[in-house]
Amino acid sequence: MTTTTPEKVAGAAPPATGWRQRLRRADTRLSPYAMVSPFFILFAVFGLFPLVYTAWVSTHDWSLLAGDQGWLGLGNYRELMQDKDFWNAMLNTFGMFVVATIPQLVLAMVLAQMLNSRLRGATWWRMGILLPNVTSVAAVGIIFTMMFSRDFGLFNWILGHLGVDPIAWQDHRWSSWLAISTMVDWRWTGYNALILLAALQSVPTEIYEAARIDGANGWRTFWSITVPMLRPTLIFVSVVATIGGTQLFTEPLLFNPGANSIGGGTTGQFQTAAMYLIQQAFTGQRFGYAATIAWVLFLFIAVFSAVNVLLLRRIRSAE
Amino acid sequence: MIATAALTAACGGDNGGSTSSGEKVTLRVSTFGKFGYTDLYTQYMKDHPNVTVVETAEGDLGKYNTQLIQRIAAGSGAGDVVAIEEGQVVNFLQSADKFVNLQQYGSNELKDNWLPWKYANATTADGKTTIGLGTDVGGLAMCYRKDLFEKAGLPTDRVEVGKLWPTWDEYIATGQKYQAGIKDAKSHFVDSATNTYNSILMQSGDHTYFDRSDKLVIDSNPAVKSAWDESLKMVETGLSAKLKAFSPEWNAGFKNGSFATLACPAWMTGYIKDQAGAANSGKWDITTIPGGGGNWGGSWLGVPTQSKHQKEAVELAKFLTTGQSQLAAFKAAGNLPSNPKLYTEAALKDAKNDYFNNAPVGELFVAGAANLKPVYLGAKNQPVRDAVENTLRAVEGGQRTAAAGWTEAIAAAQKAAK
Repeated sequence: MTTTTPEKVAGAAPPATGWRQRLRRADTRLSPYAMVSPFFILFAVFGLFPLVYTAWVSTHDWSLLAGDQGWLGLGNYRELMQDKDFWNAMLNTFGMFVVATIPQLVLAMVLAQMLNSRLRGATWWRMGILLPNVTSVAAVGIIFTMMFSRDFGLFNWILGHLGVDPIAWQDHRWSSWLAISTMVDWRWTGYNALILLAALQSVPTEIYEAARIDGANGWRTFWSITVPMLRPTLIFVSVVATIGGTQLFTEPLLFNPGANSIGGGTTGQFQTAAMYLIQQAFTGQRFGYAATIAWVLFLFIAVFSAVNVLLLRRIRSAE
Repeated sequence: MIATAALTAACGGDNGGSTSSGEKVTLRVSTFGKFGYTDLYTQYMKDHPNVTVVETAEGDLGKYNTQLIQRIAAGSGAGDVVAIEEGQVVNFLQSADKFVNLQQYGSNELKDNWLPWKYANATTADGKTTIGLGTDVGGLAMCYRKDLFEKAGLPTDRVEVGKLWPTWDEYIATGQKYQAGIKDAKSHFVDSATNTYNSILMQSGDHTYFDRSDKLVIDSNPAVKSAWDESLKMVETGLSAKLKAFSPEWNAGFKNGSFATLACPAWMTGYIKDQAGAANSGKWDITTIPGGGGNWGGSWLGVPTQSKHQKEAVELAKFLTTGQSQLAAFKAAGNLPSNPKLYTEAALKDAKNDYFNNAPVGELFVAGAANLKPVYLGAKNQPVRDAVENTLRAVEGGQRTAAAGWTEAIAAAQKAAK
């Protein structure tokens, strides 16, 4: 008798009508998808679709204004492989990446080391070092271009006092690379120094103390303890620098003010791949060809990133 | 499109198009260089209280063109009224559907307000679509620094200066005298090779890089090579300041005397005045250009179909291109009107420019204007011009020899024309 009551109650509860149950089941099954869908929808709209559409465009003779002019298959890719200007732009991109990144990381390391020592007003220094990074890249480009200007520039003025003839910084490959790398480094050295500083501070002091007891000098400590402990951070910093390097655009563009900025100098001596892409798309109005450049660049970056990942794994397993 | 046309026709009928709706409208006008429209906007806004006009102006033409094409292709972002330069009009005519056909707004009845070729050049070959209303044409003259000429021991009076250089070779000879007389390593006779190169090229008449069937003829059109050679002579004789057009240093050069002469189409006078500034008033003067006149530059105003206020935009474009407005723009920026009725009017014919030592700009520019011959510039003129001028700069800067530069220029042009 007593046991029937609960049964009755249960029976009295509206027999789970089909649609409610199904709704509940659908809710538990589908709502996770709904929760994660914003990312996938955004990725589809802003990532996947452009990627696929660009691939589609790249197989066509596609004029910017007049649109599709016919199927080319891999014609654009074949042309690109033999395009001297494209390889010149690639050389510039990677050349400037190397010229900018190596001194940048070395300098960042030195700065981080300095900031890690006991300093009066440490926070002030640490804030100050990040300032260039929050400055607008356009402002940096314009100011540095003025400083590198041939006739009235600061650098030529200084060189003039040292008895050196004024340099037309834009005219030569080495000087333009140097100038552009200076801009890049000015903006990014401080940022990297801060990241390395954070890593430095997480190195346990016991290890240093042990090294000191063992009689290691400063230099030995740096190479045998600091650098190995910093490896993952160094890899991260260089991956970020790689991505920034392959996208280099604004600095070289602003370095070449006036007519034909996108050309990157008279013989394209500092035209980067991104600039060449824009030039083909919007000055040359060859949308299909520009799409081809975009895809080849994408592949290059993908390979580069893969190499980076492999490198990272290798180092981790070595530890 | 058809509905819009019908609607407009109806509005045109009762002639109350502009005032019938009191809806607030903001019209964006995009121009490059200097169009001299500021006062005209003020007047237009006064007469049309519901309309606000904002102008965005880009200094460098190449940058402007790239931006404009980008926005026209993207279908958004271009102004309601946009300036279409002569080097770009053929390109846009091939995609005439991206622009409002002004014939639907009665542009054919206004035809006589422009030099016949000016109107024809913004109209498709079948004569059915017109995408731009003419603003100015680019008569050529030579601007020079009077004070520097005096320092270098050259004549300063504009008539005598003009007599120094009936031809470009004599211009170069004068330049050599200038360099010898000025005794200042920082002052040169001419700003750069490219500016002179383009002037000589545009003087040559009918067509430049492309023939009228839009075929690239850079290697067979003697005009290109001779303009190239002539401008390189200036470089070889050390006359060029080697300043890139529209760069900050070029701009500063107007002020501090980096160069003493500059081939100036009418529209350049306004630019010089802006860059050299009030402090240098009277230092610049204008005289005739070697090799007689010529036409470089000149624009149209068009309305992209992406504009949300096409009717209002067309009306503003019509207003900005009337004879009276062209005259106002001439006074403000020096742009030579394309309305032939003005050429006989005293206000234009006898005009003097006080900034340029009261140079008789009316006489200098207008005299030849009626005889100006249009130069055909192909659809890909801008990329080809960019490529050739860039190589010319490489030779000027010493990164290429003249011969290697020419071969490279042809190759670069062929690539850019694709």
